[in-house]
Amino acid sequence: MSCLEIQNLHISIGDKPIVKGFTLTIASGEVHAVMGPNGTGKSTLAKAIAGHPDYTITSGDVLLDGRSVLAMEADERARAGLFLAFQYPSDIPGVSIANFLRAAVQARLGEGEDLDATAYYKRLYAKMDLLKIDRKFTSRSVNDGFSGGEKKRCEILQMAMLEPRFALMDETDSGLDIDALRIVADGVNAQRGGANSPGILLITHYQRLLDHIVPDHVHVMWDSRIVKSGDKSLALELEAKGYDWVKKEFAAA
Amino acid sequence: MSDIATITAAPIGSFTAEVFAAHLASLGDAPAWWLERKRAAYATFASLPLPTRTNEGWRFSNLSGLQLAGFKVERVDPNGQLLASPFGPAQLNFINNTTVGDGAGARAELAARGVLVTTLSAALQSHPDLIREHFMAQPQKLGSEKFAALHAAFVSDGAFIYVPRGVEVPAPIVITHAASGSGTAVFPHTLVIAEENSKATVVDHFVSVSDIPHSALRTPQFACGANDLYAGHGAQLTYLAAQNWSRDTLSFQFNSTVVRRDARVQSLNLHLGGRQARHESHSQLQAPGAFSEMLALTVADGEQEFDQRTLQIHQAPNTKSDLLYKNALRDRTRTIFSGLIVVDSDAQKTDAYQSNRNLMLSDDAEASSLPGLEIQANDVRCTHGATSSRLDPGQEFYLQSRGIPKAAADELLTFGFFEEVLSRLASEPLHDALHQLIKTKFKQ
Ligand SMILES: Nc1ncnc2c1ncn2[C@@H]1O[C@H](COP(=O)(O)OP(=O)(O)OP(=O)(O)O)[C@@H](O)[C@H]1O
Ligand SMILES: [Mg+2]
Repeated sequence: MSCLEIQNLHISIGDKPIVKGFTLTIASGEVHAVMGPNGTGKSTLAKAIAGHPDYTITSGDVLLDGRSVLAMEADERARAGLFLAFQYPSDIPGVSIANFLRAAVQARLGEGEDLDATAYYKRLYAKMDLLKIDRKFTSRSVNDGFSGGEKKRCEILQMAMLEPRFALMDETDSGLDIDALRIVADGVNAQRGGANSPGILLITHYQRLLDHIVPDHVHVMWDSRIVKSGDKSLALELEAKGYDWVKKEFAAA
Repeated sequence: MSDIATITAAPIGSFTAEVFAAHLASLGDAPAWWLERKRAAYATFASLPLPTRTNEGWRFSNLSGLQLAGFKVERVDPNGQLLASPFGPAQLNFINNTTVGDGAGARAELAARGVLVTTLSAALQSHPDLIREHFMAQPQKLGSEKFAALHAAFVSDGAFIYVPRGVEVPAPIVITHAASGSGTAVFPHTLVIAEENSKATVVDHFVSVSDIPHSALRTPQFACGANDLYAGHGAQLTYLAAQNWSRDTLSFQFNSTVVRRDARVQSLNLHLGGRQARHESHSQLQAPGAFSEMLALTVADGEQEFDQRTLQIHQAPNTKSDLLYKNALRDRTRTIFSGLIVVDSDAQKTDAYQSNRNLMLSDDAEASSLPGLEIQANDVRCTHGATSSRLDPGQEFYLQSRGIPKAAADELLTFGFFEEVLSRLASEPLHDALHQLIKTKFKQ
């Protein structure tokens, strides 16, 4: 059983404070949905936890099984078990999906240990089939010329290959058509349930995704911190009433 | 030979008249006309000065690195080891200007179809007319007349490849040119004649060897090589050169490509080795429909300097050239690219493209780019451009966020940068072999 603790996190970009005291604890196997208006700092939070060098953590801590990850580089954090599914994945011309994922898998092997190429491709193809990604994509450049939905599917493919302990999924549902949404959700759900079921922070604007990936907890983010938490009915309530409702309640409190 | 002794005003370093005389004496039964040519070449070499700051063709080059002293023209191999080529078994192997090893089996198979893969010294006896016609037949125009003459004077052997009319050779013809021992000077040569409607791929692999383990990289050597590529009417020639000399080598490589009617030449030069490596490439588009695709990749590290000068000469209408040179610069390295597109007055409908792209992997590296056009015709399409860029931090973060360490991420991105060139190769095995060879440079 693993645990990701985000403790009173303050994040700045340059001199500008963006996130002002975010606290949340996620246990493995749990799904925490985070909803909040545009610009409230959700992506900033996810990228800072993943170790983006442009984001400064001015106070607070992020603990993975009790150990702070803040001194680690992004790649160390990833190898320690964190995964960020990007809202806007980068495209990398000239680097094929196969070579990219191979490097990522290789990076998790010990010194002098070589990747078993046959087993690697077998696994890769199995995951691609599950996510209904054409096998031809292995030779395509990472995200280069991908449609919005293809990019998101490719993020989940990476998550499936790397088997993180904690995944920060930033608007993985945006850009997906109805069928793709189901496929992606099935892909995520396929990774859950077992002994290695990851803890998931699911950033989304739409309750629709939560029908497919059912959250244990829903949190509403306002002014860069969590102002309300509940179960999945909170997402429905939010969809019906809008953020003004939270705003009023928050202002009244 | 008294004429030679008298003209040594210009710097000649180790390549004295005595050394040249000994070289001539070592050639055995070479034809008289060939010896005469070599004498003339030596006279040219010995009379020309070393380049100076005022030479336009040497702008940005490190002139103090061009010293010719401290080398010896070696013909024996102190190590006697035959290298495995990353491009598959070589049909011809040269160590220190001398042919070694076998490869005869593969050559015999080709010979049955009229394809000659033999040594220059053998071809001087069997096909002197072809050598007269094609060996360094085009003028050197890019500044290295002195060093090209040095090559012509001292070349003792090389590869001679002749593909007759209509013959297609499916597998690449691989040649290894090795330099062995400290201070060794080598003069590799490859001459390729692809006759009408023939098709072939030729690979030159240049490498330094040493008997002391792991010291091959640090052996000071001198390499002064040339290649002549000729594609006759409708011929399709692919030429790959992988330069991986020791890091203490002063290297020159001169290329001349002649493309005849409707012929196509694709050349790709990979530059990895050398302390200072100069590459001069001349593409001559001599008849309508001729197309020359000129590609190059460089990985520079430490304090290496790579100096690339190119000419795309359009001498006939409806000809096409497409140049793409990409350099990745690490540490305190320098690269120079100077490219000129020349369009003769009757070369209407010329389509010429030239692009030099530099990936700056270090703040201390320096890339210079000098693109140029000289256009006499009025109905042409000529495009040129040069860019220098750094790795994209967003891409770096993306790769690192997948657990890939920064060094490996940068290597992947560099390969991504190179892929635009590598993917132009039709042959997947050659693509992969080049990829593997480039990878070795990142491991050092
Ligand atoms: N590099 C940057 N420089 C300055 N401000 C930035 C930078 N990146 C983000 N911001 C600002 O930080 C705030 C939070 O942005 P963030 O992307 O985290 O929001 P979000 O909650 O993910 O929004 P959305 O729902 O639209 O994705 C925004 O006001 C944004 O403009
Ligand atoms: Mg966002």
